[in-house]
Amino acid sequence: MISDSPILRVRDYTKHFELYEQGKRIPSAQSVDLDVFVGRLTALTGATGAGKSTVLKGIYRTYLPTAGRLLYRDRHGREIDLACADEHRVLALRRTEIGFVTQFLRCLPRQATENVVAQPLIQRGVDWHDALDKARELLTAMDLPERLWGISPATFSGGEKQRVNLARGLIAKPRLLLLDEPTASLDPATAERVIELLTTLKREGVGMLAVFHQPYLVERLAEHLVELPSPSWNERPLEEIA
Amino acid sequence: MDKVLSVEALSKRYGKGCQHCFALTGPAFDTNICPECGSVVAAHEVSFDLHQGEILGIMGESGSGKSTAVKCLYFDQIPTGGRAVFNDQGESFSLFELNAAQQRRLASRCFGMVYQNPHLGLNFDISAGGNIAERLLMARVDNYADIRRRATSLLERTEVMSERMDELPRNFSGGMQQRVQIAKALAINPPLLLLDEVTTGLDLSVQAAILDLILEIQQQSRTSMIVVTHDLGVIRLLADRTLVMKHGRVVETGLTDQILEDPQHAYTQRLVASAL
Repeated sequence: MISDSPILRVRDYTKHFELYEQGKRIPSAQSVDLDVFVGRLTALTGATGAGKSTVLKGIYRTYLPTAGRLLYRDRHGREIDLACADEHRVLALRRTEIGFVTQFLRCLPRQATENVVAQPLIQRGVDWHDALDKARELLTAMDLPERLWGISPATFSGGEKQRVNLARGLIAKPRLLLLDEPTASLDPATAERVIELLTTLKREGVGMLAVFHQPYLVERLAEHLVELPSPSWNERPLEEIA
Repeated sequence: MDKVLSVEALSKRYGKGCQHCFALTGPAFDTNICPECGSVVAAHEVSFDLHQGEILGIMGESGSGKSTAVKCLYFDQIPTGGRAVFNDQGESFSLFELNAAQQRRLASRCFGMVYQNPHLGLNFDISAGGNIAERLLMARVDNYADIRRRATSLLERTEVMSERMDELPRNFSGGMQQRVQIAKALAINPPLLLLDEVTTGLDLSVQAAILDLILEIQQQSRTSMIVVTHDLGVIRLLADRTLVMKHGRVVETGLTDQILEDPQHAYTQRLVASAL
């Protein structure tokens, strides 16, 4: 029964940016409702500017919500509103339960690729050697040439960086995985590997919320669809703030 | 996670002070100098927590009060008001209620401090190794061979050639002086490390090496740290959470990525927008 109740319930999530220098309010996401379930993928769709990434960043708390509730059920069954949870609580959840893979690789500079990928496991207290073994396993699965494992991803191509990013995002098997166009710059063969990996993770119970560029990914991976309405405010001038 | 440090309403005022000091200074008045009496409100009601193994960033421009806050915690300055409780191995210390001797003892046993200016953290009249020995002696390590061994391993860890251990720090480059200072601060494995603009004024490559060293220390030893800087890049790289200060006040606090990507305060927005 538990697996049928959502691990994430977003209710009436709204985000506006208030830019004081320009004296303007920029609306981004408006009254979004969605659910994410164990072992299933919810796909967020909608036009550019509809606020898809804003929803993901709101759940990860990179953005502070303007209104609404982001109710996450943790592995002990407790419900936490990510909109207002204590900062240390959010950091702990990022370390242990909530993962985020975007289209851009952001990592510590000057670190070997295999260390970058192993990092989430090391942070969870996994033995360094075991973490590195697992990292290599994933880099192999992602088809990243072995000669690149020991150097920093700074000079990698877009596709290579994205593979590193995915390997790092998937290594610790978060309970909730947020994906923001994770396959945007991958060739078809690698994209296929990613689809296989995500399917395996879903089978293992990872709940996912994803933004995909290509419709075929939505078709193949998503159990639930949430379409964000096109932003109607595009025609209106920006609201002034004091 | 355990709370290592809890600071409540820390305030520091220079000058005789008057009843208007706090009401007429701060970001809203764009000054920390009281127009009535000329006192400087360096810090007013600064509050934050620090958890075990966490790196907290304090960011702000010169005169924002960020260094004042950590200098009060290291007993370099006496606060005008507020409370700070430090917890270590089941013991609690109310920092500003300790007498001078107790403060010295606690700082030499539990705190490491690294200043922007190596002259403040190092004794330039004794060797690099001697500086580390001094710190160890204060913490009651007094066997010569132990001290020598520990100093060698600390200098190796901070990548200072241990052959140069017996040289005076004045003969070292700025980056190397900073690493000796870090080695000295780490000598006693302090549970709390305070870093005040440690990379400011150094070459970029030297900055990078020092920042990597700080991260390595945090990952290996789970040392709790407060990093004071005006540099957004340092904050982004090191801090889990960040406090933004201006004119002695905390204007905003949050997760570092939130502060950088969705700053709530007009001042932080301007600061982030000015980043190169």
